[in-house]
Amino acid sequence: MTTGREKLDRQLVWNRLLAIVEEQAQALMRTAFSTVVREAGDLSAGVFSTAGGMLAQAVTGTPGHVNAMAASVGKFLRVHPLAGLKPGDVLLTNDPWDGTGHLNDFTVVTPVFRDGRCVALFAATSHIADVGGRGFGPDANDLFEEGIRIPIGYLYRQGERDETLLRLIRANVRDPVTAEGDLHSLTACNELGGRALLEMMDDFALADLAEAGGFIVETSRAAMAREIAALPDGAYHHEMTIDGYRSPVRLAVEISIDGERLHVDFSGSSPRSDAGINVPLPYTQAYASFGVRCVVGNEVPNNAGSLGAVTVSAPEGCILNALPPAAVSARHSVGQMLPDVVLGALAQVVPGLVPAEGASCIWNPVFLSAPGGGGNAGLVDFVTNPIFNGGTGARPGKDGLSTTAFPSGVRTTSTEINEATTPLVIWRKEYRTDSGGPGRHRGGLGQVIEVGHREGAAFVVSRMFDRIGHPARGRFGGGDGAPGAVYVKGGATLAGKGRDVVPPGGVLVLETPGGGGMGDPTERAEAAVALDLGAGLISGGAARSIYGLKADGLEPEDGPD
Amino acid sequence: MPYDLAVDIGGTFTDVVLQDGETRTTIKVLTTSEDPADGVMQGIEEVLRRSGRHPGEARVMIHGTTLATNALIERRGAVTALLTTEGHRDALEMALENRFEQYDLNIDRPVPLVPRMLRLPVVERLDARGEVLVDLEPGSVRRWYGILGEQAVTSVAVGFLHAYANPAHERAVAALLAEEMPALTVSLSSEVCPEIREYERLSTTCANAYVKPLMSRYLQSLAEQFQARGFDCPILLMTSGGGITTLETAREFPIRLVESGPAGGAILAARLAQAGGYGKVLAFDMGGTTAKLTVIDEGQPLLSRSFEVDRSYRFRKGSGLPVRIPVIEMVEIGAGGGSIASVDALGRLQVGPESAGSEPGPVSYGRGGQAPTVTDADLMLGRIDPAGFAGGRLVLDQPAADRALERAVGAPMGLDTNLAAHAVSEVVNENMAAAARAHLGEWGRGVEDRDLIAFGGAAPLHACLLAKKLKLNRIVVPADAGVGSAVGFLLAPVGYEVVRSHYMTLDRLDYQAIDSLMQEMEAEAMAVVGAVADRNALEVNRRAFMRYLGQGFEIAVPLDGVLDGPTLRSRFEEHYAGLYGRTIGNLDVEILSWTLSLTESASRRTLAGETVRALRIVKPVSERPVFDVISAAEVSAGCFDRPTLSAGDCIAGPALIGEAQTTVVVGSGYTACVGDRGSLVICADDSAHAHRPGDRT
Repeated sequence: MTTGREKLDRQLVWNRLLAIVEEQAQALMRTAFSTVVREAGDLSAGVFSTAGGMLAQAVTGTPGHVNAMAASVGKFLRVHPLAGLKPGDVLLTNDPWDGTGHLNDFTVVTPVFRDGRCVALFAATSHIADVGGRGFGPDANDLFEEGIRIPIGYLYRQGERDETLLRLIRANVRDPVTAEGDLHSLTACNELGGRALLEMMDDFALADLAEAGGFIVETSRAAMAREIAALPDGAYHHEMTIDGYRSPVRLAVEISIDGERLHVDFSGSSPRSDAGINVPLPYTQAYASFGVRCVVGNEVPNNAGSLGAVTVSAPEGCILNALPPAAVSARHSVGQMLPDVVLGALAQVVPGLVPAEGASCIWNPVFLSAPGGGGNAGLVDFVTNPIFNGGTGARPGKDGLSTTAFPSGVRTTSTEINEATTPLVIWRKEYRTDSGGPGRHRGGLGQVIEVGHREGAAFVVSRMFDRIGHPARGRFGGGDGAPGAVYVKGGATLAGKGRDVVPPGGVLVLETPGGGGMGDPTERAEAAVALDLGAGLISGGAARSIYGLKADGLEPEDGPD
Repeated sequence: MPYDLAVDIGGTFTDVVLQDGETRTTIKVLTTSEDPADGVMQGIEEVLRRSGRHPGEARVMIHGTTLATNALIERRGAVTALLTTEGHRDALEMALENRFEQYDLNIDRPVPLVPRMLRLPVVERLDARGEVLVDLEPGSVRRWYGILGEQAVTSVAVGFLHAYANPAHERAVAALLAEEMPALTVSLSSEVCPEIREYERLSTTCANAYVKPLMSRYLQSLAEQFQARGFDCPILLMTSGGGITTLETAREFPIRLVESGPAGGAILAARLAQAGGYGKVLAFDMGGTTAKLTVIDEGQPLLSRSFEVDRSYRFRKGSGLPVRIPVIEMVEIGAGGGSIASVDALGRLQVGPESAGSEPGPVSYGRGGQAPTVTDADLMLGRIDPAGFAGGRLVLDQPAADRALERAVGAPMGLDTNLAAHAVSEVVNENMAAAARAHLGEWGRGVEDRDLIAFGGAAPLHACLLAKKLKLNRIVVPADAGVGSAVGFLLAPVGYEVVRSHYMTLDRLDYQAIDSLMQEMEAEAMAVVGAVADRNALEVNRRAFMRYLGQGFEIAVPLDGVLDGPTLRSRFEEHYAGLYGRTIGNLDVEILSWTLSLTESASRRTLAGETVRALRIVKPVSERPVFDVISAAEVSAGCFDRPTLSAGDCIAGPALIGEAQTTVVVGSGYTACVGDRGSLVICADDSAHAHRPGDRT
């Protein structure tokens, strides 16, 4: 029988663990050198039991790492069993199948010792800007073209850094300074977590985390079991087709709910691609499980108990369980679509909680100077990788969010900063009228971006965009969001994925996709239609023909559009 | 001898302080929301009456107010339009295109102060160097006059891309409007916030425009009533950055007045730290809804330029409207006396951020509150005297608090009521400790060897427990902690900071550009402070906001002395290492923005040094049972009345020291000692600073 005091302490210990991993993640984000980590939070951090089960994970971080990193520590322990680990040891890998799905993500695991005994392990993952090979993008044909691969091994052995490994890494990446810096910040954030953990164990006089960890995992498992048990049993199917690299990709899912168990299976999805858009299973599990958790048990913290309640499988060799040496660099362009697929199946289970499909995959073009200054000698070379977003799907009872990243957790960069640090001019960046899928609740809007070169020089754009051929679909009678588009103003239309030169004086136009609508658009409140019309989010034509707004409510606006 | 007045308008109370040499008269009156100037004048009448002084003898009135903040939160500002660069009118709403919470599909992004139909595109374009790519077309401004009229717009923000680099187009529009639409109030982004990053600059400019008519009216009304009463001294306004400024500047840039109350509290803590020789301090202000923590090292609070108003989602970063103004950096979390305790689906006790506020307030107020709060828990634990709360004006209903805690916390968690109350207190203290650790970490400051300065209604109740969790040394509870912000106003220097963005990399420093930038900024700051401050006693502080090439965040680097590349680089690296623990090899460094501030040298407004000498142990007036956190049992605590204590008095914990607005809780194993300026200094008996009556500490 637990006393009241013990009950309280258990909870305080749980709160402290959550605070500690949050501090660990914040430290990583602040000290990382890679821009996507600092700016966009492309990282994860957590504390694990000595059996490799995750006890707490920072809220800061990106869903792509959820679950993937959680499973990773167990794999580390299989290679380096606990008994052999010593104080001062630090382990490392960037193996896509042992870590979080592509070579850019490095996972560092650090055991923590108290009185000579290992009491926990801290793990952290972050995205390192360059790992050699062809560079970040979908263009490789196999993993060996994508860069350096480091199997699970020691980064530090009892406090001694493995200099051979470091030299090997430095020699194989384009930006050795930031790569080494990022490895250092991963190591340091784990150290910080370890110190805070030991202090907490002192405060609560804990010799180990066995009991506290068991309580956390069991409480979370039970909470998830209750949530899942409340859902009707059955098998629910759904599928979605996306643009893919050169040919469309089919993503099929079966979600089976059986009592307290929820299983997601992707049988029937397209086979492995010969481009770098394949997804290793841990990354599939991460985004599939994120999709489920958005509507089932979203208040239960991530740990071995809550994550274990949702299992995910995909047949070997399919695009969602690609095996080595498949190319996986741009696995996000398929992986970020998985929440839409999973939510589509769950719409049959909990229709009142599930949004329509959204743009989902971020639009992050790489802009760089054309070879030889693009016909304008004397210009400084530049490269920049801004992030733009489309709209999210309409939500039950609410419109979708315009130009907002989902499921990714990234942020965009300022137009003024982009223009101050490159010779580009972003002539236009505003909402794209009529791009939100019509519905009783409207999908979020995409945006129109027009980019030119200040000196009229040519420049290069490299793309990994989706939802150009396959827009976000509406739900329950809602219309589709507008598909995306890429073209040179008054010139050629470009494919969603690839690399092209924008000719001298040319203006590149990107139209990001809108989110799908929800429910019959003619049921949309007249006031909401009028408001959208007044704001120019929808056109007069759409208001009349799609939303059925009567002509007398349609005075031509002398407003900003 | 002349005296000084300070007035702080809060949401519920207006605090007035009259400082006459060493004598301080303080009063709290209810805030009069219809015309807040009425409440101010009532309070002033009352302190004049009590002190027997006359209006003509006043030297200065220093004023801080939450009116601008409230107008933003409650969306009660002017109908505002934004004139902005064609093609970019959605920058204000697109913001950073992110979600501030990953797992909640139903979050709403902050609603901009200017709706899309009033974000009006203007034909013009500058590049990042401030060069004109497209000339301003006056017709593209005039075409909106009709809409401005139809929509009853009274305030206009003008924000063009890269206007920080060249204000010409914005000024031309201002001239046009002054000529052709003279009734409109105008705010230019190149004046309000000439800093790179369009979303933050436009958000700040729109917020300024949104509150400008209202604040202008209020300040006008106050100045008139003040003069009519016979005062001829200047009115100066407290700003969020910790400096005070003129009425004219406040009317032009009212956005700088947000958070002036908390800034006053931080200034008081900073002056106390200087006077008491406390090198590393955490200032802790806990009120009804939130707790605020400020880091003060060597007497200087951390300063920053970013702030969010109206964090509407559990005080979460990113859920508010960004405002780029000079601010005293503080972390604010939803932990106050009114924070509500509940048990979630996992059986975990949660405290805050939801708050019962002051209406209906905690259950024990007996005003209809049903959910148990931190104050109810403090009452249950014996820390608050039910009969003596708020100077005896409110008798607290302890049985009601007891029942609510049992129902909402005790029963679901299987804890008896005392332990349930203790759990509420522990969780809120843990939340504050976690916020403090994270904040200190974020700024590269350690927790070690730090003292705590506690003020605000609920802080003295929790200070000892928070200090124990963070292993802090001493806890200082100043006299007049209940009107701390207003007292802080009296100690604030006249000061003003201006900013400019001008991009350059360290390997291509343009010294001429820096020089003219600095001269221009100094002239602008002098125009504000020169009128009221002694020009010979001004300190100049220049800072550059720098980062490694391509990084996302800049850090502030002081620029005193030589300005050459190598010096700047080593300064930058020193600060970078201070924050992040290391530097990055030979990566180039870029500068985005520059600030210059003029501040009266501090010597004119300091507190006299305070000596704390433990002389004697004093006996309690009475004893009361309190719940002791160490033994988890009821123990008997001595009760004391703070106004009756004198310098040198020592009180051994467990003890409760009551005063008009709050109770200071001294835990067991701690001793409090009264300093010769009225502060209570509390130390652990087993610490290096322990009070040993008879010894000098």
